[in-house]
Amino acid sequence: MLRILVAIFLLASPALAQTAQPQGPTAGPITSPATGPATAPTTAPAAGKAGAGAGTDHTPARETVVAGLSQNRISITANFDGTGILIFGAVKRTSPPPTGPLDVIIAVSGPERAVTVRKKERIAGIWVNRDSRKVSSAPTFYAIASTGPLSRILSKSEDMRYKITIPRMVEEAAAADGLSNLDEFATAVIRIRKDNGLYVQRDKAVKLSDETLFDTQIALPAALVEGDYKARIFLLREGKVLDAYTRTIAVRKVGMERWIYNLAHERPLIYGLLSLAIAIFAGWLASTVFRLLRIS
Amino acid sequence: MQIYLPIAEISVDAFLLLGLGGLVGILSGMFGVGGGFLMTPLLFFIGIPPAVAVATEANQIVASSFSGVLAHLRRQTVDLKMGLVLLTGGLVGAAAGIQIFRELREIGQVDLLVKLTYVIFLGIIGSLMFVEGLNALRHARKRGGGPARRKGHTWIHGLPFKMKFRTSNLYISVIPPLLVGALVGILAAIMGVGGGFIMVPAMIYLLGMPTKVVIGTSLFQIIFVTAFTTLMHATTNYTVDMALAVLLLLGGVVGAQIGTRIGLKMKAESLRILLAVMVLGVCGKLAGDLLFEPAELYTLGAGGE
Repeated sequence: MLRILVAIFLLASPALAQTAQPQGPTAGPITSPATGPATAPTTAPAAGKAGAGAGTDHTPARETVVAGLSQNRISITANFDGTGILIFGAVKRTSPPPTGPLDVIIAVSGPERAVTVRKKERIAGIWVNRDSRKVSSAPTFYAIASTGPLSRILSKSEDMRYKITIPRMVEEAAAADGLSNLDEFATAVIRIRKDNGLYVQRDKAVKLSDETLFDTQIALPAALVEGDYKARIFLLREGKVLDAYTRTIAVRKVGMERWIYNLAHERPLIYGLLSLAIAIFAGWLASTVFRLLRIS
Repeated sequence: MQIYLPIAEISVDAFLLLGLGGLVGILSGMFGVGGGFLMTPLLFFIGIPPAVAVATEANQIVASSFSGVLAHLRRQTVDLKMGLVLLTGGLVGAAAGIQIFRELREIGQVDLLVKLTYVIFLGIIGSLMFVEGLNALRHARKRGGGPARRKGHTWIHGLPFKMKFRTSNLYISVIPPLLVGALVGILAAIMGVGGGFIMVPAMIYLLGMPTKVVIGTSLFQIIFVTAFTTLMHATTNYTVDMALAVLLLLGGVVGAQIGTRIGLKMKAESLRILLAVMVLGVCGKLAGDLLFEPAELYTLGAGGE
């Protein structure tokens, strides 16, 4: 156990990982994750390069995921009204598939931002914001689609490791601020964002054919926050993650939207004066047009 | 037709915004109020983030007030001298109000303050205007004459620094208008409105100005106070949404023109009762929000510092 911890520690630091290489054989099944999230200190069953070099690949059948997105760049234009992205892919194997059901989970998450949750309480007859908690980084958007109910296809420990489900995702954010998962404030974030269509969970929304090809459609709402969105694809058997694959979707304002946003943030005084000029001009124009209309 | 707002970061129906702007613009022209006290809650309702709604609304009020004041200037129903005195107080008040707002935001009670101020002020002013309007209407019917005569000499006439306001036909101290301006400035900054709905009654009842002059003068003062607020919001919070403002003001300026014409054709007393009813309506809605248990006890806010 101690060895495993040491190996995890060493792998966590790229510089130290170099010196850890010769220890590969003694470290046993610990290998660097091939495609998993960089933060997860995990054993990717698909043998990593470090492990392969040491010749300690004990995993019997390799199943890895190859995937693509219908678009990896979303432009927010003036008439942007939400969009959908098609995520599709295939399972790559070197040997015949083992028995048992294969499952796929696809999660798309938006950029993380701080959020303050306030709770109202009745004081002297009126409802007043009383307690508040700050969650310093919760995803602004999170959509999760799967081939079956998450409670059945994903084990608790794997969820802990990869942070896949919505409660787990928010718990992670809340824990950093000293809030527990059952905290009413953390659950309020999930509930309100679900009501607003920002957190979406759809079981059986991933179509898997012949245990090989899969696809799903993820709808992105109109109220999209700009930033890098992450699409993660997990391949699972019996609740265990076999492989994970991550792609980035860049969501950016373009054209007029970009120009206004930049001006507002980089030249606020000019932007404010321009806004006033437009207002004054529009007021004058309307007044003049109406006067001319009345005279003629 | 959906349009994505670059600062608010949401997508809304452009025609809905034009319609809202137009509706509030008509009221603005009719009553000489900026319409912010109606528009700001309406914007919350369609999902615009409160910070953006308040700041953008200030910008929109500049447009509708400017359009309205031009119509009044041509009819010479603006007391420029009185307007400047009110404005002096207004700018000082707005600067103070922004400070109060900032400090309350830090302790997370801005929401409550804004709503309570709305309920209290709208309630008092609405009731006063309603009763006064009804009385005036009754007297006018009975005698078939003009509006009820206002009280003669009050303590206001005993104050020093008297000034002649020819357009308003007044010879009073500059202290009350300065204080009214400052009070409205503070409230304007806190409530994110022009403050006309408070200033109009204050000018009628406290200063004793003629109703027709009050509207133009109020619009005149509002232009500058809201312009100042817009600049403050744009430079400190970056919450002025130009696209949202343009849509609202397109509807708003047209509405204000129509409203000014309707207002000139209506009797001053009926105008006052109508405004009173509207003020009381908004007040009731806000009071309800405070008194009844909300469906969702929790609210999410931006977690910024």
